[in-house]
Amino acid sequence: MYVAVKGGEQAIANAHRWLADRRRGDRERPELEVAQIGDQLRLAVDRVMSEASLYDPELAALAFKQASGDLTEAVFLLRAYRTTLPRLAVSEPLDTANMRIERRISATYKDIPGGQILGPTYDYTHRLLDFLQLAGAEVPPAETRDDVTDAEACPQILALLNDEGLVEQEVDDGAEPSDITRDPPDYPMDRAARLQMLARGDEGYLLALGYSTQRGYGRNHPFAGEIRLGQVEVEIHVDEWDETICVGEIALSECQMINQFGGSREAAPQFTRGYGLAFGHNERKTMSMALVDRALRAEELGEPIIGPAQQAEFVLAHADSVDAAGFVSHLKLPHYVDFQSELDLLRRLRREHAAQQAELDSARDTASPQPKER
Amino acid sequence: MSHTSRNARQRLLALSSRQHIEARWGALGELLDDFPTHRCVRGPETGMAMLKGRTGGTGNAFHLGEMTLTRASVALDDGTLGHGWVRGRDHRHAELIALADAVAQHAEWQEALETQVLAPLVEELAERQRGDAATAAATRVDFFTLVRGE
Repeated sequence: MYVAVKGGEQAIANAHRWLADRRRGDRERPELEVAQIGDQLRLAVDRVMSEASLYDPELAALAFKQASGDLTEAVFLLRAYRTTLPRLAVSEPLDTANMRIERRISATYKDIPGGQILGPTYDYTHRLLDFLQLAGAEVPPAETRDDVTDAEACPQILALLNDEGLVEQEVDDGAEPSDITRDPPDYPMDRAARLQMLARGDEGYLLALGYSTQRGYGRNHPFAGEIRLGQVEVEIHVDEWDETICVGEIALSECQMINQFGGSREAAPQFTRGYGLAFGHNERKTMSMALVDRALRAEELGEPIIGPAQQAEFVLAHADSVDAAGFVSHLKLPHYVDFQSELDLLRRLRREHAAQQAELDSARDTASPQPKER
Repeated sequence: MSHTSRNARQRLLALSSRQHIEARWGALGELLDDFPTHRCVRGPETGMAMLKGRTGGTGNAFHLGEMTLTRASVALDDGTLGHGWVRGRDHRHAELIALADAVAQHAEWQEALETQVLAPLVEELAERQRGDAATAAATRVDFFTLVRGE
């Protein structure tokens, strides 16, 4: 129970002023620009966009700065801003097969059309602190290689390498997806709604759940069939145009996980799949999402539900960091009256307990007036 | 010369940076003495587009999340309407796309629009994308087989 509390306005104003002062830091140093964050801390920016469920790198960078680098707070800020905007359009489904590739790897097939492209990755770094960065050393520009024909196609591997029908194929049956921002989630939830919730889910949470499946809590034997990162054009429908129109490009990360077999009396065994898709460069997020997506298909695929990652209502209801942080944070709000009533209750219970105890003691005294001698 | 289709022009201008368009547009203005003035009849205004993905890249659609989107509609002095849409929140960018859409409907300005604005932007976009592809290509893995023995 909350009670209107008055007072503290000056304290609050001064607290926020101190916060702003701390955020600004030492005035001898130049202030961090939002554009610098967008440029130099782009993985943080991508994570904020992804979990806020709003693609706008500049605003995500602003949120990150305003939150002093607290990602969960930044996600909250951007998510809140989202509620102030009208929805002008809905896009065509993004065509990730036509991505301008920055990174594209497969852990299942070595020789793939378009090749294995590492992109700007932390993989294969030695995780040694680079003290040159502390000293502000010059950074050479990225290497380029011009002998590759500029638009060598990078088809989706799982669609391409399936002559034998060994891998489950995802086919569009034309179903209109539900939208959890318009219709409150309802369980059991179909895969489209689950993917929407996972796409905005907290990375750390999905990582832990994905990890739990690997450790045996709902094992599904995954392989990273394909991971890609790059730019995809956005096509929308608008009234003034007959066809869809391109309004720009966004960066996306995608993970196609291949998992162990499904099959039935009618269908021959084949690899099953889990899918991850996220704004920006968010590889760990998409891998985790794909693991959890696959785990949540347990019922559909007739697998026993033995791990937390397979329980849709548990997984999905707790995935959103704005929801989670909001409910945990509300414990800081004044609960004075609530707590007072608990105190009263507790005192009464203790009085009753003491009275009962006294009664018991006196009954015992009457029943055995002569205590046993030891 | 052949004319860029309306869709191709919207795409080109949406993928080009506003600074590049602005520079080309300025050059065009200096070239034409009867260059039209315009007013905005809708917006520019910023909202969102809901983006869809596909399960597994090829399957059923699902809602991925939203992005900021800005639209503008302009009218030239003679009443010709033009519309522009662009990702993000740059009002001037959307306005320039709408302006180009209106100007392109006038035969007498079409050629100047093609040669002064669109053609150089096509080149700039292609150059940027070539550069991106070349940078990615440098990180492409060349596998080689280790031969044992001699």
